[in-house]
Amino acid sequence: MSLARTGGAIARRRRGPLSEVLRPQEAIPRRTYLRILTTSAAALIAAWCVLTYGRLVAPLFLPSPTAVLATGVAMAQDGTLLQNAQASLLVIVTGWALAVLAGVPVGVLMGSFKAVEALIEPVIDFVRYLPVSALIPLLILYIGIGPAEKIAVIFIGTFFQLVLLVADVAAHVPHEQLDVAYTLGASRSQVIRRVLLPATLPGVMDTLRITMGWAWTYLVVAELVSADRGLGFMILDSMRGLFTDRIFVGLAVIGGLGLCFDLVFKWLHRVLLPWSPKA
Amino acid sequence: MIPPPKLRLLDVTVTFRARHGALVPAIDRLSLDVADREIVSIVGPSGCGKSTLLRLVAGLVRPSSGEIRLDGHVVAEPGADRGMVFQSYTLFPWLTVQGNVEFGPRLRGMPDRHCRDVASRFIEIVGLAGFERAYPKELSGGMMQRVAIARALANDPEVLLMDEPFGALDAQTRVFMQELLLDIWEKTPKTILFVTHDIDEALFLGDRVYVMTARPGRLRDEVVLALPRPRTLEIETSEAFLAAKRRVLAMVREEAQRTTPEPSRLRA
Ligand SMILES: Nc1ncnc2c1ncn2[C@@H]1O[C@H](COP(=O)(O)OP(=O)(O)OP(=O)(O)O)[C@@H](O)[C@H]1O
Ligand SMILES: [Mg+2]
Repeated sequence: MSLARTGGAIARRRRGPLSEVLRPQEAIPRRTYLRILTTSAAALIAAWCVLTYGRLVAPLFLPSPTAVLATGVAMAQDGTLLQNAQASLLVIVTGWALAVLAGVPVGVLMGSFKAVEALIEPVIDFVRYLPVSALIPLLILYIGIGPAEKIAVIFIGTFFQLVLLVADVAAHVPHEQLDVAYTLGASRSQVIRRVLLPATLPGVMDTLRITMGWAWTYLVVAELVSADRGLGFMILDSMRGLFTDRIFVGLAVIGGLGLCFDLVFKWLHRVLLPWSPKA
Repeated sequence: MIPPPKLRLLDVTVTFRARHGALVPAIDRLSLDVADREIVSIVGPSGCGKSTLLRLVAGLVRPSSGEIRLDGHVVAEPGADRGMVFQSYTLFPWLTVQGNVEFGPRLRGMPDRHCRDVASRFIEIVGLAGFERAYPKELSGGMMQRVAIARALANDPEVLLMDEPFGALDAQTRVFMQELLLDIWEKTPKTILFVTHDIDEALFLGDRVYVMTARPGRLRDEVVLALPRPRTLEIETSEAFLAAKRRVLAMVREEAQRTTPEPSRLRA
């Protein structure tokens, strides 16, 4: 398939550069990609500079890049940043990992066996539409306001979505791949272990990446409601003192960590699943 | 004395239940005997139940009525004795070419050495030596189909079910693969059911060509090919071949017209 695709490029009529770049689903040169990417990032920073150094917006609402940078350095040096980031990371990774450990097997079972689907679908479909934030008061009542409560928030927020996404992945494993394994003499358990499970890996990997992104949202929500440490708490605390620059440092750290996780997942996908069409 | 058939389909009917509950007859009271080491080509209009017929023999579809017997035993489920090459691409994307081809032997716990030898032999046979470590995503459609054929052959089934296996190949590779299949068959004779849309291919390979009616599929007629083996491309110009081709073609045309309205009526 990929062969046919590059072959088609030769016969194509020459058009303007914009039309070359805006062809649906077509790869573009890596250099072009990076150029667009840096332009976009530079434009964003330039707009920030114009707004702040040009005094178009008061520093109370939007501090300048240098102010945020200086505050960030100070917060890194006095340890606040590290301490809060550590607290948040511990909670998010624990909650998410527990949800993955429980949710992936349940999801695979649900997607592969209609009986399991019928068994758990009512529960999942109900809970899934309950925003986790609505459960926070209940969780505080049950567990208190320590890290365990935040871990529970992330677990509940992630688990149910994860099960549904993984179930969808498992249900879409091409049926003929299972059939061909049977005709090669595979038993039912061999089909599950040697065909069904490996076939779900790329989809599951994507699901892990997506749910990690959501987990950050649940974390910050939980920390905004009740916490004495963590990045969400840090932001809320800064707002009380009108330290907008500290809020921005908090946002930058959350965004940066999220980006790191995303890159790590993409890298893992390439390294662990080199055969996947997306790798 | 006539030997008992290797494979016997007796009065087989398959009815699918469509999503809205309606019953869709796919195969209707079809009977077919296949002798040991015989190659039977199956042709018929699209949707007449050819793939379903192969899936029945593979044990992947249960007949609604009637029965299928292999060596006298009723076929109840899939097994390694009936290998299948599917119409669509069914390679395991997480395995290399080598991993795909040795999938069957590995299932049976064959030693590494044996698996490797069998795999490289069949990879070589289908002309893909050097691609052992490639993943399916790095192959063209025709190459993938050749790997699927090697995978089925490496498992050494008694009955080989082939569902338009060469449909995705270009004309040259297709002829090459046809000769290859016959070559393998001469060396290790198997019973082969070969579904194709290509009538030349059906006649070139088969001992018999089995023409199916439009859906629901049943036997329209069969043409026995008294052509000498081993077959060479010259037979395609022989009088016997051309006469058989005319017969098959006429039947296929007639059946195809029953599924698709005539062009003149479309225009009206
Ligand atoms: N799982 C299924 N559920 C419902 N109907 C089915 C199913 N599988 C096949 N059919 C129907 O049975 C008929 C025969 O299908 P089959 O795939 O055997 O045809 P075919 O002869 O192989 O066609 P083609 O030449 O296009 O491959 C078709 O009308 C199809 O719609
Ligand atoms: Mg078919």
